Amino acid sequence: MTTIAATPGDFSHEGDHHDADHKPSFFARWFMSTNHKDIGTLYLIFAIMAGVIGGAISGLMRAELAEPGIQYLQTWATWHNSMAGQGAASLDEAYHMWNVLITAHGLIMVFFMVMPAMIGGFGNWFIPLMIGAPDMAFPRMNNVSFWLTAVAFVMLLGSSFVPGGTGLGAGTGWTVYAPLSTSGSIGPAVDMAIFSLHLAGAASILGAINFIATILNMRAPGMTLHKMPLFVWSVLVTAFLLLLALPVLAAAITMLLVDRNFGGAFFDAAAGGDPVLYQHLFWFFGHPEVYIMILPGFGMISQIVATFSRKPVFGYLGMAYAMVMIGVIGFVVWAHHMFTTGLSVNVKMYFTAATMVIAVPTGIKIFSWIATMWGGSISFKTPMLWALGFIFMFTVGGVTGVVLANGGIDDALHDTYYVVAHFHYVLSLGAVFSLFAGFYYWFPKMSGKMYNEFLGKLHFWVFFLGVNVLFFPMHFLGQSGMPRRIPDYPAAFAYFNQIASFGYVIMAAGVAIFLINIIYSLAAGRRAEGNPWGEGATTLEWTLTSPPPFHQFETLPHIK
Amino acid sequence: MGGVQPDKQRERRNKRVGIVMGGVALGMVGMGFASAPLYRLFCQVTGLNGTVSRAEASELDFSQAVKGQTIQVRFDANHRDDLPWDFKPEQTTDTATVGARDLAIFIAKNKSNRPVTGTATYNVTPAQAGKYFTKIQCFCFTQQTLQPGEQVRMPVIFYIDPKIATDPDTQSVEEITLSYTFYPVDPDKQGG
Repeated sequence: MTTIAATPGDFSHEGDHHDADHKPSFFARWFMSTNHKDIGTLYLIFAIMAGVIGGAISGLMRAELAEPGIQYLQTWATWHNSMAGQGAASLDEAYHMWNVLITAHGLIMVFFMVMPAMIGGFGNWFIPLMIGAPDMAFPRMNNVSFWLTAVAFVMLLGSSFVPGGTGLGAGTGWTVYAPLSTSGSIGPAVDMAIFSLHLAGAASILGAINFIATILNMRAPGMTLHKMPLFVWSVLVTAFLLLLALPVLAAAITMLLVDRNFGGAFFDAAAGGDPVLYQHLFWFFGHPEVYIMILPGFGMISQIVATFSRKPVFGYLGMAYAMVMIGVIGFVVWAHHMFTTGLSVNVKMYFTAATMVIAVPTGIKIFSWIATMWGGSISFKTPMLWALGFIFMFTVGGVTGVVLANGGIDDALHDTYYVVAHFHYVLSLGAVFSLFAGFYYWFPKMSGKMYNEFLGKLHFWVFFLGVNVLFFPMHFLGQSGMPRRIPDYPAAFAYFNQIASFGYVIMAAGVAIFLINIIYSLAAGRRAEGNPWGEGATTLEWTLTSPPPFHQFETLPHIK
Repeated sequence: MGGVQPDKQRERRNKRVGIVMGGVALGMVGMGFASAPLYRLFCQVTGLNGTVSRAEASELDFSQAVKGQTIQVRFDANHRDDLPWDFKPEQTTDTATVGARDLAIFIAKNKSNRPVTGTATYNVTPAQAGKYFTKIQCFCFTQQTLQPGEQVRMPVIFYIDPKIATDPDTQSVEEITLSYTFYPVDPDKQGG
């Protein structure tokens, strides 16, 4: 990685007396914002709120799953019905409620928590800063992206109050497979959920175009592609994945709408369509989507590991092109999500092998992070703890991924809790750990206040313990054959389910510590310097004041 | 740097990248929709997912019938609950000679007291055998209207390609199931 010869204060405009820091009024600043930092802040607040809602929904699920049998589901469904002015819920409606919960949890966490936080939040905040640009290429389009996302979220929440077939809300799973989502879910809820995906998708595509134009055109003089910080590389690759994958989802769910409302038969076997086509289209989007959720995390972890090891990242070019490789291969492995749909042996062989190839660039990244730390002068500040936690947990998730990549093994493990454990290790413990790492790393820069180190470390250890107690037993449940997406189970699975639900409580306590830390630090945190991390932090954002001026880099920095 | 000229130039470059990338996104939407007909074509060509080949008798060469090599063919008939029909094969199994033409009869009867229109789809299991299971004449995807109490015999003429014995995916196949499912016709639906 490049070392930038600039000292703090060089570009901080402290001597400038023109209106560099003139801020608009409250309403104009936050509701009509075109400033990349303010939009980034809005995205982060939005993502934290969505994350709390999506996390609370998983709390409901863990409460129901703590014991075999149906404990609370029917009560909740009746309560849910009463909010929409309907009577007591039947058992079928209670089961439908379960489907609504898993659908909402998945969609919220993917589209309204991880993506807005990673790309909208940290991407908006730090891409222009890191490449020495005054703002994003299309500031107004940036504003459109954020508000489309917000409206999409309201739309999704609203869908749970209208009929969706068996009961209220869209109960299709985040994959919205036909025919459950077409002839199986009569009523406006699924239409609303699909429309919400359209809006969120459009927002992300606009955001992706914005990032690509910014990174390609707005770099400061001397900031060549091969000198860009790895976080910028990661967002560039992510933006291309978004641009190529999301339109396919848009097409697929539009076809669902046509099948549902306009007499189409794209996925209706009775009229010559094929529901498996939907799965191909969905996973052509869905697999790149999982890299969309993790690549910016890879970028952040690279910055953080280098900063707190006081060494440039090991193998910078290898790291950058490993991400490009992951992005490219990510488009040709989608059918490993469909091993049980009757693919021929040869097709399964191809998708097994191609999937395993992804372990190579991923291995390069894990290796290079460790090599970066090797011989470094490591300080275990909170962001570094999260980064180490990320490397450890993501590797565990990656190993179970290699297991699941085998078409033959997947026949047994498909749609079991083993899969749930796998993707929560890479997302809930991978993507989320990188988000927390990035949050603590950049919190001083964004707010101008230091977070509380003790609370940050406590948050890490409690959360780390919680999620492992929560998700590790799911491997055992899956291997014993417990299916996912079912609210009830035989007594044989009770033990590990109970442990998992305890883990949820520990994790929730960790989140509470996080929220307390934010409030405490904003109210009473120590003032942060321009660069609180010392000589290891070499990227351009640390050359500015904390928080940076409202408009930065009006005189472009020169990178040597 | 700074100044008016580079700013204008950058704005133009931003616009160009924005338009090109927007075009890429629209192109991918188009690809998504194009995949529906392409996928059907692909399935027919490769027999993916047990898509059965269809052919005209004149195109086929029955001289390669492999004497003594037979495959057990089972016939399976289903109908959706809301179609008030009886639907079953005349015989449930048949020993078909590989490479020779064979005939199976399915019987459908309307149990209700109103005319009902249905249409059928079909599939074979194991899916890999779909490529070699060729139908020369069948009643698939044609709408059948049965008067109250009417019963019809519907023939399927098929042929198993001798190449089935040389493909490593299918050489161990000893039994093929041909399954038909009848659906009520929704007058609004068009094939996608």
